[in-house]
Amino acid sequence: MSLKKTDRKADIQILDGNQAAAQGTKLSRVQVIAAYPITPQTPLTETLSEFVERGELSAEYVAVESEHSALTVCNSASMAGARTFTATSAHGLAYMHEVLHWTAGARLPVVLACVNRAMGAPWSILNDQQDSISQRDTGWIQIYARNNQEILDSVIQAYKIAETAYVPVMVCYDGFILSHAEMPVDVPSQEDVDRFLPPYQPHTILDPANPKNYNLVTLANPRVNTEGVLCHGYMELRYLLQEALQNSRETIIKVGQEFGELFGRGYANMLWEDRLDDADIVIVAMGSLAMEAIVAAGMLREEGHRVGILGLRVFRPFPKADVMKALKKSRLIVVFDKNISYGSEGATCSEIKSALYGSDVNAVIRNFIVGLGGRDVKARELAEAVNKSLPSLKEGTLSNEYPEWICYI
Amino acid sequence: MGTRDCQHICDESSPGIGEAGRTGEWRNARPVIDQKKCTPARQNKPACFLCWLYCPDAVISKTIPVQINLEYCKGCGICSQVCPVQAITIVNEEEFVLNRTD
Amino acid sequence: MKTNAVNLTEIEYLLPGNRACPGCALSLAYRHILKALEGQVIVTVPASCLTVLHGMYPVTSVNVPCVNTPFASTGASATGLVAGLKALGKKGLTVLAFAGDGGTHDIGIQALSGAAERQSDFIYICYDNEGYMNTGNQRSSSTPLGAISGTTPVLGKQQNQKDMTAIMEAHGIPYVATASASYPLDLYEKVRKAKAIKGTRFIHIFTPCPPGWGFSFSDTIKIGELAVKTGWVVLYEVEDGIFRLTSASESIARRGNLRPLREYLREQGRFKNITEEQINELQDWVNARWKRYLGRSTSL
Repeated sequence: MSLKKTDRKADIQILDGNQAAAQGTKLSRVQVIAAYPITPQTPLTETLSEFVERGELSAEYVAVESEHSALTVCNSASMAGARTFTATSAHGLAYMHEVLHWTAGARLPVVLACVNRAMGAPWSILNDQQDSISQRDTGWIQIYARNNQEILDSVIQAYKIAETAYVPVMVCYDGFILSHAEMPVDVPSQEDVDRFLPPYQPHTILDPANPKNYNLVTLANPRVNTEGVLCHGYMELRYLLQEALQNSRETIIKVGQEFGELFGRGYANMLWEDRLDDADIVIVAMGSLAMEAIVAAGMLREEGHRVGILGLRVFRPFPKADVMKALKKSRLIVVFDKNISYGSEGATCSEIKSALYGSDVNAVIRNFIVGLGGRDVKARELAEAVNKSLPSLKEGTLSNEYPEWICYI
Repeated sequence: MGTRDCQHICDESSPGIGEAGRTGEWRNARPVIDQKKCTPARQNKPACFLCWLYCPDAVISKTIPVQINLEYCKGCGICSQVCPVQAITIVNEEEFVLNRTD
Repeated sequence: MKTNAVNLTEIEYLLPGNRACPGCALSLAYRHILKALEGQVIVTVPASCLTVLHGMYPVTSVNVPCVNTPFASTGASATGLVAGLKALGKKGLTVLAFAGDGGTHDIGIQALSGAAERQSDFIYICYDNEGYMNTGNQRSSSTPLGAISGTTPVLGKQQNQKDMTAIMEAHGIPYVATASASYPLDLYEKVRKAKAIKGTRFIHIFTPCPPGWGFSFSDTIKIGELAVKTGWVVLYEVEDGIFRLTSASESIARRGNLRPLREYLREQGRFKNITEEQINELQDWVNARWKRYLGRSTSL
């Protein structure tokens, strides 16, 4: 399907990240919203309730009493055939952890906005990506936005991706850094979004005339149904989820392509590549950090280094092939993680190393943990970390070190 | 032989009798109705039917005479307990084994 | 015309050959609940005996649409179904949340309370077998004082159960009732009544469990009747704040012939170690509660 480019003039509004997400949700004609307030997501939830109460968005807004209930409401409403939305951060996301597994296993196209925030203990309301990274095993597609335009655009695309693949999608954006920072955002028209996003076609039937029972106990082995057809065991159903995630790359790119054709902003990529053509040093970052990294790369280029940026857009499914291709010329890869898998290393770094398995990329990979609990990350600090890594590039030894932390310890 | 042919992408179960197999095999004893005592049988019209009302497994029919589906009856004996005219006795399954030589 | 066994519909929504234990009171109650709702229902069920009764993929033993949901979330799942149906403009279906005492009194109480406060339009039925029976009888907050369970195996439970029906009544919802599998026609009438009311409706059904409580599975109905005759279970409904005893409890109130509680306790293996002191405590508790109910009954 090729969509005719909109002839509408750009409608640039100054929006913070939460407002951008709210606009994306409204334009997607969401039908059921269930969210529990948590800093720094709260203004998003409040804006949505205002849209509903003013009659600007025709949706059921459920003021749930917890995040666990929020996602459950979305799941059941989605079962009934409605397009649903929830949003949360940190402990709220952790509270709905078991339900995240359920959404994915039930193959429900729920879209969740995760406003990235640090996990306690100790308490922090400020940004890092530990919350969404901790949920990477649950079977959700995870997309990270670098700026507020991407937030709005990603929410709309998320519905098309989710409803095509029947896999839930998490749109992640940095708390406070994006959620509360105002940027110019081109807000699409409802008419154009309607052309892009058709109504939801559920795969579930809740009809007494054709009764089905969803997500019953499933045995380890396949079992024959009443018509003698061999049906899945637990493992086969879960295989299908993994298969759907693997195949979703195609959908993500196609949807991104279509979005670009209609709205003029292309997303036909799993990664944001910046100046990789001639780079032998690559900085890897995700979310708003990927924007900061562009400034750092600029500084390093002035010092004579050939530095490029690999901004991870989609973390799940992890774009192994795309990463391998993008990094083929690299000899030093510096991965900045706003998270850590305790006892090991930053999650992005592990994924990068795993993506390079079997390639002939012979690069030194260094991992830096940055920005936890809202610690400000300056472009020059990123540049300094790269400079610090240059000796290991000279030596060329690949080591299995634990990550280095940029902090005051 | 793969399971893709079922075309399910999620756990979607359809209704069927005997999901747990022939649950009649669970029992040690079965209910036997004495139609001479049973009220609807005697009156030859719909009446009583308390055994039907109280059967947890819906294996009793509101017919005249009242019938019990022995393929699925678990032999709980509730029907015998609730029958107001004691028309139902619980009889050991041994009594119904074929080829008894005693 | 009053419903009886003769005129009650023959249509069955619960199919034979299912995984319920012989003599399962839940199974009996479920049959009649679905008849009362005429099968025009979407059921949502958490982890519980009912999950297993419903069968295992790809075959289910129930002829109505059903959505399974994580243990703590029944109230939210029902809310979600209601919201989804409303958003899609689908009318005429009852959403039925059906959970055990574990999923209602304990792990599920928060979601249920939230749903009731939001006045979410569904019927919530708790089937109470006074323990986590699906997993082999571990204690719940509905397990009585003195009862042996998997997690109170030697000393028996040291606290009496909490009054979940009173908790739900305190939410100010339009309909709250108790019922029993041993009185299926009373249960049927209450579900019929609830069906026609808008808002959150709560029905608490007493469902004796033969393997969990230690009695013969042919005695399920008898045990349930004894519970009512001794006042352990009181059949009542509160409609828009008006309290009314029903069925056998109403008769007992008029005749004043409540039986001593020990006649009920001694029939069950789970009370084999109960002390005299505990029996007296329970009897006092039953008496005080019965007195309160008599005081609230304006029609006697």
